[in-house]
Amino acid sequence: MSEQRALPAPTDSDPRSLLPAIEPDRQVTDWGRSERVEGLLDATLYEFLYHYWFRVEVEGIENVPPTGGALLVSNHAGALPPDAPMIAKAIKEEHSRPRPLHLTVEHFFKGYPGLSMLVNKLGGVPAHPANVHRLLCDEQQLVLVFPEGRKGTEKLYKDRYRLRRFGRGGFVEAAMRAGTPIVPIAVIGAEEAMPTFAQVGLLRRLTGLIYFPVTPLFPHFGPLIGSAYLPAKFRIRFMEPIPTDQWGERPWDDKGLVQTVAEDVRARIQDELIDMVAHRRSVWFG
Amino acid sequence: MRVLITGVSTYWGGRLAQALERDRAVETIIGVSPDDPSCPLERTEYVRVGLHHALLRRIVHAAEIDTVVDTRLVVDSLQASPRVAHEANVIGTMNILAACGGPNSPVRKFVFKSSAHYYGCERDDPAFFTEGMRRPHPPRTRLEADVVEAEKAVDGFAERNPEVVVTVLRFCNALGPDQRTTHTELFKLPAIPSILGFDPRYQFIHEDDLVGVLRFASENELSGVYNAAADGVLALSEVASLLGRPLAPILPPWGTSLAAAALRPAGIRVPEEVLNQLRYGRGMDNRKLKGAGYNFGYTSREAVLKHAEALRVRSLRRGEGEPYRYEREVEEFLRWSPSVRRKGTV
Repeated sequence: MSEQRALPAPTDSDPRSLLPAIEPDRQVTDWGRSERVEGLLDATLYEFLYHYWFRVEVEGIENVPPTGGALLVSNHAGALPPDAPMIAKAIKEEHSRPRPLHLTVEHFFKGYPGLSMLVNKLGGVPAHPANVHRLLCDEQQLVLVFPEGRKGTEKLYKDRYRLRRFGRGGFVEAAMRAGTPIVPIAVIGAEEAMPTFAQVGLLRRLTGLIYFPVTPLFPHFGPLIGSAYLPAKFRIRFMEPIPTDQWGERPWDDKGLVQTVAEDVRARIQDELIDMVAHRRSVWFG
Repeated sequence: MRVLITGVSTYWGGRLAQALERDRAVETIIGVSPDDPSCPLERTEYVRVGLHHALLRRIVHAAEIDTVVDTRLVVDSLQASPRVAHEANVIGTMNILAACGGPNSPVRKFVFKSSAHYYGCERDDPAFFTEGMRRPHPPRTRLEADVVEAEKAVDGFAERNPEVVVTVLRFCNALGPDQRTTHTELFKLPAIPSILGFDPRYQFIHEDDLVGVLRFASENELSGVYNAAADGVLALSEVASLLGRPLAPILPPWGTSLAAAALRPAGIRVPEEVLNQLRYGRGMDNRKLKGAGYNFGYTSREAVLKHAEALRVRSLRRGEGEPYRYEREVEEFLRWSPSVRRKGTV
């Protein structure tokens, strides 16, 4: 056997340094996000909704870290939830260092025609633990998760502002592994912007959607008018970040701790929601 | 280094043999495949073997081969019927591994060209596959099942032969003027067929990088699995605009396989495994290979741009020179006859 050549020295042990360089001429990012599509929607629809329709008021924007990864955790509501774009817009409008926000969405969106094209163009990323880890740890981005998921958006109007179960605490584990803080967010207004009065199981199965709601305008006025929001007053409160490096080495192995932290985050958001609803004089004027 | 390359008739094997011929450290290159080589080779010795590579053990022992590069895996339904692909991918891999193993085998390194088909394309995939991940669902197509089974065999071989360095390279879609795959055929069409309502993420590797990675793996000690995909994941719409062609969403989101079958008589072949890719797309994390020291020459975007250049001059190139044809007698004459005047080299 002839002499083997020595392996070239690995360039760097840090996986971050090996991330692909940014190519300025690209139309979409490696995640499929399109600045053009996003900018178009932002300049028209979101601009209008944020300033004039929902008249969003933001508190505690300074709790969103200006650099590094952070996991934003929010309550989730509305049949066609308007909370995600409003939180993204709030960071863009109010933050001293506006940053793009990646939103985790259900795998359903990747498999549904039309939505699969649109959602990732707007910054949606399938909620896979590996995706969240890469965004938080390697790319140092802001990631927004709704641990309630579908359970939050399909709940009926009578259950408004009652948080559903927070999954299996996967979001806490993701933040712990990446060593990034968790920023809890409480949003009010989304529940009244598009309240759901009933769910129709048969039509859900026929359309292949994840749920088929009956809202004030849907389905009797069709999908276009049906997707219009009622002008509820929005209030978004960003809370004190929870550092995840305070529990020593490999805290995610302790499933009990993960559950406790998840429950703690849920309780904070629930308390904040109750406080905000208590101080709200009118659903429409705040 | 004494190298044996399987699948030397394929583009991959042939280009690798050409690259290794220029390397002084490589003493001997033996190329085997069931078909004749498709590119001119200088000092590579070609041996025709059956599809099953059943007699490979004798060649390996007789020539004291220390490095085996297996480039023969069928990863595109365009290249072979499902039955032939299965024979080559599963039975062929089994026999090649058997030829390289054993207590007194001279083989010290085994490089296996695999494919991103190992991961498949599914709705609940991660956006970037890393080498430790497995596909979320069992394979849906025969080709993918074959690739998974072949890799399982290689994995078992690595376990039984700890003294052999086993490298598995999972390649993404290759692009380049000399490639003929389902995707290059689709990209030749006036409009690129896609599934209505989907804009999948695509990653490409330029053909020079493809040979570069194979060569890098055969000249270095890389143990384990490596993703071989260039930097950057493009959306299919972006690929289409780089190629200067419109996207034609002619495949419906439901009943896609039926519609694909209906396109068949029109000369548009979209096999099952490509339909999944057109729907869900795929991305791979290449940081392990980059960390090992390989530098890609092209990003995915540059690979597509290079391919677009090649497409533009395709009609000009047609009929330019005779394509290479292998003829045993001629090759043997050129190599061994004392009448041939050699120009200093070799």
